[in-house]
Amino acid sequence: MWKDFVRGLWADNPTFRLNIGLCPVLAVTVSALNGLSMGLATTLVLICSSALISLLKNLIPAKVRIPAFIIVIATFVTIVDLVMHAYLPDLHSVLGLFIPLIVVNCIVLGRAEAFAAKHSVLRSAVDGIGMGLGFTWALTLLGAIRELLGSGSLFGMALLPEGATTLGIMSLPPGAFITLGLLMAMMNMITARQKKTAS
Amino acid sequence: MSLFTILLSALLVNNFVLVRFLGICPFMGVSKDVDSAIGMGLATTFVMVVAAAATWLIQWFILEPLGLPFLQTLSFILVIASMVQLVEMFLHKTSPGLYRAMGIFLPLITTNCAILGFAIMGVQNSYSFIETVIFGLGAGLGFTLALMLMAGIREEMQFADIPKPLRGVGIAFIVAGLLSLAFGGFAGLV
Repeated sequence: MWKDFVRGLWADNPTFRLNIGLCPVLAVTVSALNGLSMGLATTLVLICSSALISLLKNLIPAKVRIPAFIIVIATFVTIVDLVMHAYLPDLHSVLGLFIPLIVVNCIVLGRAEAFAAKHSVLRSAVDGIGMGLGFTWALTLLGAIRELLGSGSLFGMALLPEGATTLGIMSLPPGAFITLGLLMAMMNMITARQKKTAS
Repeated sequence: MSLFTILLSALLVNNFVLVRFLGICPFMGVSKDVDSAIGMGLATTFVMVVAAAATWLIQWFILEPLGLPFLQTLSFILVIASMVQLVEMFLHKTSPGLYRAMGIFLPLITTNCAILGFAIMGVQNSYSFIETVIFGLGAGLGFTLALMLMAGIREEMQFADIPKPLRGVGIAFIVAGLLSLAFGGFAGLV
């Protein structure tokens, strides 16, 4: 059970290791808070849909499983979308298009197909939590770096004095690509070093 | 907005991949050689144009009159998935050559967020039918353009001496960042 949880955090981290579900990673991470909330919204969908799909795995015929999974996922996404619209309207307008697009996030469908369709409800839910949190920390880290360098603040709190020069490019699309590329290189270096010390 | 403006805006100024971050997974996955990049791009463009027409009709003739816009995400993704299936069957029957060329890419298109994304965007902008179709065409061609540029660069990069940790996806993202910077030059064109 513990293994199911930690796998998503590091060894099979969806962003840095599996390189899936990258669109929201790049698009919403202008600030740390946006990254965190997008991550948590995806985590919620992931836990609910993994648990329900695992519950229904013996009822869904193998031939139509992909459309059935998509319907389950789309239902939970619609719920999250409507709840956020009602209670967090500011956040909802910032994340905008990328909330409904959780439906086509490969992480959710990927975990449904690769894990939830074969394992018990509890294990699937735990796997969902691990993968979701792995995705969340990646988004929050990228958001924090871009917010710090791009607008000199962190979680909305200004850290640099008024009028300090910031790297405006970090808030623009090129900044997202370049930061993620460098972060991936860093993860590769850490893994290579771990392997070296292990052997 | 004129039709040409919509086309140009979706193709260059707000390029779906490099500026709006839609369809990053196929952009990274299928950009290793130019031939498959063109195949993937054209298959996606085709599905986008068909999906543009279908989702427009569903939104304004079924969901809006019946007061069901909250079913938008659910119905759009189902329509796109079945469109992809239909296109696959149609190509298989009518043009086996094209089917073999595009075959492996077709199932992947369902989970391309550029398609669902542009369909929802079209509704948000309340485009007319013809505008939605042109928007789909521009978005698809923009995706193809970005994919082809990326594939061309990655083919050349095979002979470059890249620092070890950056190899693979890392350098691809940095190249994408530079491409995105270049596309920033189109801002203000429309």
